[in-house]
Amino acid sequence: MAGVAVSTTINGDNVEYLCQPDETLLDVLRDRLGLTGAKEGCGTGDCGACSIILDDRLVCSCLVLGAEAEGRRIETVEGMAHGDTLHPLQQKFLEHAALQCGICTPGFLIAAKDLLAKNPDPTEEEIRFGLAGNLCRCTGYDKIVRAVQDAANVMKGA
Amino acid sequence: MNFDPRFSGRNFTSVGTRPIRPDGVDKVTGRARYGADFNMAGQLVGRVLRSPHAHATIRKIDTSKAEKLPGVKAVITSTDLPDLTDGDSAMYDILDNCMARKKALYDGHAVAAVAAVDARTARQALKLIEVDYEVLPHVTDVDEAMKHSAPVLNDTIFTEGVEEKPTKPSNVTKRTQYGHGDVHEGFGQADFIVERSFKTEQTHQGYIEPHACVASVSSDGTADLWVCTQGHFVYRQHCAQLLGMEASKLRVTSSEIGGGFGGKTHVWAEPVALALSRKAGRPVKLVMARDEVFRASGPTSATSIDVRIGARKDGTITAAEATLRYSCGPYAGMWAELGAMTAFACYKLDNVKTVGYEVLVNRPKTAAYRAPSAPMAAFAVESAVDELAKEIGMDPVEFRIRNAAQEGTRSSYGPVYGPIGIGPTLEAAKNHPHMKAPLGKNQGRGMACGFWFNFGGQTCTDLNIGMDGSVSLAVGTVDVGGSRASLSLVAAEELGIAYEQVKAVVADTSSLGYNDMTDGSRGTFSSSMATISAARNAIKILRERAAQMWDIPVDDVVWEKGHAIAKGEKYGNLAALSLKEIAAASGKTGGPIAGHSELVADGAGVSFATHICDIEVDPETGATRVLRYTVVQDAGKAVHPTYVEGQYQGGAAQGIGWALNEEYIYGKDGRLQNPGFLDYRIPVCSDLPMIDTQILEIPNPNHPYGVRGVGETSIVPPLAAIANAVSNAAGVRMTHIPMSPPRILAAIEAERGG
Amino acid sequence: MVEVTLWGSLGAVAGGKSKVEIEAKDIRELFRKLAEQYPGFEPYIDRGIAVAIDGVIYRDTWSKELPQGAEIFLLPRLAGG
Ligand code: FES
Ligand code: FES
Repeated sequence: MAGVAVSTTINGDNVEYLCQPDETLLDVLRDRLGLTGAKEGCGTGDCGACSIILDDRLVCSCLVLGAEAEGRRIETVEGMAHGDTLHPLQQKFLEHAALQCGICTPGFLIAAKDLLAKNPDPTEEEIRFGLAGNLCRCTGYDKIVRAVQDAANVMKGA
Repeated sequence: MNFDPRFSGRNFTSVGTRPIRPDGVDKVTGRARYGADFNMAGQLVGRVLRSPHAHATIRKIDTSKAEKLPGVKAVITSTDLPDLTDGDSAMYDILDNCMARKKALYDGHAVAAVAAVDARTARQALKLIEVDYEVLPHVTDVDEAMKHSAPVLNDTIFTEGVEEKPTKPSNVTKRTQYGHGDVHEGFGQADFIVERSFKTEQTHQGYIEPHACVASVSSDGTADLWVCTQGHFVYRQHCAQLLGMEASKLRVTSSEIGGGFGGKTHVWAEPVALALSRKAGRPVKLVMARDEVFRASGPTSATSIDVRIGARKDGTITAAEATLRYSCGPYAGMWAELGAMTAFACYKLDNVKTVGYEVLVNRPKTAAYRAPSAPMAAFAVESAVDELAKEIGMDPVEFRIRNAAQEGTRSSYGPVYGPIGIGPTLEAAKNHPHMKAPLGKNQGRGMACGFWFNFGGQTCTDLNIGMDGSVSLAVGTVDVGGSRASLSLVAAEELGIAYEQVKAVVADTSSLGYNDMTDGSRGTFSSSMATISAARNAIKILRERAAQMWDIPVDDVVWEKGHAIAKGEKYGNLAALSLKEIAAASGKTGGPIAGHSELVADGAGVSFATHICDIEVDPETGATRVLRYTVVQDAGKAVHPTYVEGQYQGGAAQGIGWALNEEYIYGKDGRLQNPGFLDYRIPVCSDLPMIDTQILEIPNPNHPYGVRGVGETSIVPPLAAIANAVSNAAGVRMTHIPMSPPRILAAIEAERGG
Repeated sequence: MVEVTLWGSLGAVAGGKSKVEIEAKDIRELFRKLAEQYPGFEPYIDRGIAVAIDGVIYRDTWSKELPQGAEIFLLPRLAGG
């Protein structure tokens, strides 16, 4: 099968790749580009571990084709920190121990970043519904919600 | 080696603080590498062909077409994994589960596998494998499987543990019994007796990371395995045994692990990946898809339990009895036995009897799931306890306090308890503000207790001090939830240095001696013990080196707060030497400084918890909402309290999912209907409230810092606590878990109708 | 001499006894002597037997001493999650 040539922007860098027409964007990121921050927990859009931001929209990259990224802007967890300065969400996830195994963490960070971009001052309920597309099996979500609340406060002050 | 593990009271500097974990930054930046995040040059893609039938004889497998497909480098069936288990029946079951031999025993059972240059070719190749099945009658329900008319899964199995020697094969592999006293007499003294039957459905550990590994076998017989596992040393042993390799030639590296909860204590696909690599002569990466995880890996048992408890008017339990039937999947297990041991472990009973039946069904092989088997037994017992309290007219907390086990009580599983924490967790729950908070309409409160054993085990640890005074700690217990932070704290505490000076890593199987699995809540308990011992050995060397530097006898040197101090008046002018200074001089005082430790950490100490929850039930739809949840549990000593809280909260959340939603649903055809997160629904963020925690610290006498295991007990009480809350809110006793809306509605309607 | 309590199915192997008396100073010696006296024990020892000494469960510490007068209870080796 012939490959599709794609030119896109990932975390601010121009990136070009060849992919198969039926290959998911998640597979392209992980297997072709070595960006393994996004995880595959299900491959069916149910767990959110593969969350990325595509043109300012939160999507499951397992449900997007690699070919669809042509001319678009992709943000992944690898692009959240600036140099060695962590994004406030990353910092607060660490401080609150909002991760145990950490496999869900990249997805939660991206989903939370998208949530705070749209709603900088969310209530607990808005956070809980905003992150309902991401599964975590380890934490019971308590510390994740607190980390997002705390990060929102920091970011408002900034 | 003389290591004294006994508890000695002390004031802590590092232990009990809440620093950031050493592996944290990698995990929030996407750099941490989990099972599927690793690749080897030239690797192939492995895929497994699975049986679509619940029970079928495999007459013939024709792989010739698949082998001819361009890009296919290896196809294997059970003939490529010959039986080398030499009569070890447990290993044979593992082998048969990895790759079906004569029969496919459940929907999803592996029957063949391929390695190909890419995923698409591998998928195509699976379609070209022709399997000739003779479909057999199947049974998936635990009660059905016990009937005489049920299809028998394995005609070589005759029930063990029954008085009369069975003449016919059966799906019941074993009967076990625990208890003491005379229940018949005990029930005779009872003024009130509650008798009920309960059912719980099968659930999955539900870790978000599917099983994943990369295997590479070289032509010289050495091999490498990268894998997400709870125990890489155990995986090495099992894989080496199944493949006929020498263990030392197989190096297993544990990746970061994306959740396990018991489900990553068994090998599933790893021997298959190694066999594929051996045949293809190239590395093979094998990652399970989510539906494969549900169909073919680790669920817990489905159960059916009868409970009978009697008490006097004054609230003293006089007798307690339970019969527990647990599904094992197609292979013998000891799941009902664990249920039988733990069922009444919270109580002080003169007359108690439990009987367990291990039952084979056409479902995946049951694996441990966090305090395996205890939650279902606790659900049945704690529901009946609540009902009995109600009949007597006693407050359910008071009733439990009155009957709680104490130091000196003979446990329901046999031994007499030492100092234990069930009483204190009940008292703490009784005095918790949650207990007194008002409830609204259609709302109910429930509480329940839970017990788990906790284990230790074989542990090996290395502590190396660098020339710059930094300390690297190599442990062999996989970090499933932050143990590297806890162990760094312990090393810092013992050495008297700053947490930041210590860096803990999980070492591979070639770098360290054997370690048991991280299971049974043992990670922090046992590796902290080994870390303390290694640090004490290093301190001995540090003192020797300081003595050399000062040229004084080593007996005059003591170790205090990270410094060597020369003891005695005559050394008044010798300034203390810091660990850093001694390390910097080490090249000239005898070379590198290290402490090593190998030990069996036993005496983990049993653990108890009490949970309280409030639930609202919508009487029109049967839908539920968890309003408030509180966990009270004994940790012995919380090394890193935040991660202890995390264990409490995570266990509670899993229990909530189990109680309200999660279940394996099998169709009449014996196929799993819901092998995905859409239909097997685990709790999401919006389903849960904050989960309050209260950590009690009743020191474990068998650990230098008093630590107990904390990982598992938190999943034991939720099923019962929630069932009691729902029953109180809906006004009808719930006896079947999960309490999904249709089940609650049916119960409410039956109550109304009746 | 220590008195050892056996769990149900192990008792059957010891000829239906639920308690046996053994002269043993530690767990290793206990297992060795049990296997000598009751050959049926061996497969159980291979599969794993845990020993509860005064309520504390030992799975692997075969060097653990058996104090005089202690309550000694044999249990099947248990699995965890
Ligand atoms: S992997 Fe994309 S949602 Fe689960
Ligand atoms: S931390 Fe393990 S799944 Fe979220």
